[in-house]
Amino acid sequence: MTLAEIDRGSDFKVKRIPDDIIRIQTLRMGISEGSKLNCNEKIPGGPIIVKHNYQEIAIGRNLAKDIEIELFTEGSD
Amino acid sequence: MECCRNLEQIDIDPNKNKIVLVGNPNVGKSIFFNYLTDTYVSVSNYPGTTLDISSGNYKDKIVLDTPGVYGVSSFNDEEKVARDIILSADIVINVVDAVHLERDLFLTQQLIDMGKKVVVALNMMDEAKNRGLNIDIDELEKELGIRVVPTVAVKKKGFSDLENNIDKAQKGKISLKQDMEKELDNINENVENRADSLLILEGDENVASFHNKKPREYREKVYMQRRNRVNKIVEKVITKEMTNKNIGDKIGSLLLRPLTGIPILLLLLYALYQFVGVFVAQTLVGITEEMIMIEIYQPFIIDLVSSFIAPQSLIGKILIGEFGVLTMTVTYIFGLLLPLVAGFYLFLSLLEDSGYMPRIAALVDRGLTYLGLNGRAIIPMLLGFGCVTMATVTTRLLGSKREKIIAIFLLGLAIPCSAQLGVIAGLIAPLGFKYFVIYVVTIFLVYAIAGTFLNKVLPGESTDLLIDLPPVRVPEFRNIIKKTYLKSKYFIVEAGPIFAGGAVGITLLKEGGVLQWIQNAVAPFIVGWLKLPKETTEAFIMGIIRRDFGAAGLNSLALTSDQTLVALIVITLFVPCIAAMLVMIKEQGIKQAAMVWLGSWIAAFTVGGIVALFI
Repeated sequence: MTLAEIDRGSDFKVKRIPDDIIRIQTLRMGISEGSKLNCNEKIPGGPIIVKHNYQEIAIGRNLAKDIEIELFTEGSD
Repeated sequence: MECCRNLEQIDIDPNKNKIVLVGNPNVGKSIFFNYLTDTYVSVSNYPGTTLDISSGNYKDKIVLDTPGVYGVSSFNDEEKVARDIILSADIVINVVDAVHLERDLFLTQQLIDMGKKVVVALNMMDEAKNRGLNIDIDELEKELGIRVVPTVAVKKKGFSDLENNIDKAQKGKISLKQDMEKELDNINENVENRADSLLILEGDENVASFHNKKPREYREKVYMQRRNRVNKIVEKVITKEMTNKNIGDKIGSLLLRPLTGIPILLLLLYALYQFVGVFVAQTLVGITEEMIMIEIYQPFIIDLVSSFIAPQSLIGKILIGEFGVLTMTVTYIFGLLLPLVAGFYLFLSLLEDSGYMPRIAALVDRGLTYLGLNGRAIIPMLLGFGCVTMATVTTRLLGSKREKIIAIFLLGLAIPCSAQLGVIAGLIAPLGFKYFVIYVVTIFLVYAIAGTFLNKVLPGESTDLLIDLPPVRVPEFRNIIKKTYLKSKYFIVEAGPIFAGGAVGITLLKEGGVLQWIQNAVAPFIVGWLKLPKETTEAFIMGIIRRDFGAAGLNSLALTSDQTLVALIVITLFVPCIAAMLVMIKEQGIKQAAMVWLGSWIAAFTVGGIVALFI
């Protein structure tokens, strides 16, 4: 599934970030393919806010549609 | 070999050692800068950009501040400027946010990988503690191979300790694995500068072409190695205790959630309007412009100049005439613009330093994507209500050229600046609610249609929002004041000469009879199409210089309610003021600026005429 389809509050793992520049930028912010994140907020029709420890990042909806993720529940992996 | 391309153009002593402050955005870097350089600070424009760089003296060394960046590379102007300054550094003080170690240490590790002598100021230790984060400083020092000094910048804690450690800055442990280190060595054989070589390895085109080399394509590989190393360090040094939700986090999520966030945003806009649009634009400017400049300063300067030069001579008119350099220019800059700009910057610095700005960007992102922009564009748009000229400068933070064009066009077309808003509000209020609604809806429609249209016709694609949301914090008062002061001063220095030049130009046009000629030439159009009296033309011509000038010119005309509405719509959509145009030329080139200018003419008169037809 893509990041755009996630529900608020869900935990997920980043599977693939196809865009080279975006991948580099998120890498610097601390998020890479394989990172485990939480969807902190989902603004209707707007950006997805993801949280990683204390780091919050707003990701535009269109960009979120390109990011592949997979859900996981705490404890499993 | 000294690497740094533009630095020699900034006024700093090349013989002194350079301490460079580096850090991610919003880590409190400027507090360190202010502390270290208490007595004398100079701000210079960085060549080829609209960024200004602060520098000051610390003992026998020079301290340079850099724009906040997530890494050393060249994604945007901020990063390019930071990169060049970092490359020239003898010592780097890297300010790190203890709460965001995972993010911030990436930059730290990159600085270390560049072979720079680094000392880390581990800032916001109090906040980390409040959040139950336990950081093993000794272990962190060991892992990084450099000194780490815990600080709480807002309380000046740890500052003397940091000072004692500046000279102990040292090279740390490299994160590059053997394969990349070997590639780096290959490059370094000719380049003979590890920092430059690393950036070439990471594919930095500017640094590569400086050394006549091809940029390498190992960026992602190097970044991955660095990221893995940083993640390992973080895992080792941090232990989490009970995490109780911090009050800032709670406010942060309230600001983001649309149900609470949108009302708060509207409230904020109202507060902004009350502060800048009413208090500063009317009350304060009433004092500075009317009482001080027009009643005291102008008679004084006219008297003074008249005793040397005849007021009716050309020189006299240029200096103290209707558009005089010493009369109108000085009055507008110091009486009108300065209070508005300073007031606006004060407000904006608060938004910036509290961490609210990026949250506004996230909230409005959806709406702005229809206009081919993303949430980030809200920053220049908001600024535009203060001063379109300043706002045009900040469009540089947008991700693509396409977005800059759209934003600059919309700013020039449909965002009235605070000075203009003040005059418009005064004219429209007596007409009643109906006219107010028609006015607002018309301007909003033009804004939305123009944006949607540009989004359709301009080639390329706009970038998506990807923005880091800093924690919500109470801003430091001194920092806010200093920011406001520096930016206002910079504005005066920039806008002053432009304005004076424009004033001289207008006086010459008027004395040459060109202004009157224009007035007569367009009169049939004004009367026939817009259904306005012929004299309105004069107000529009004034509006070419400044739109609020034009709006003020309407004040003295006897217009019906319908005519006032049409005239106000035209003057709102009218061409940006001279200062804004000159900044547009500087930012986007003459061709683009000319398009905005012509587009504004067309839009203003077309829409004005249509409204005149229907009411």
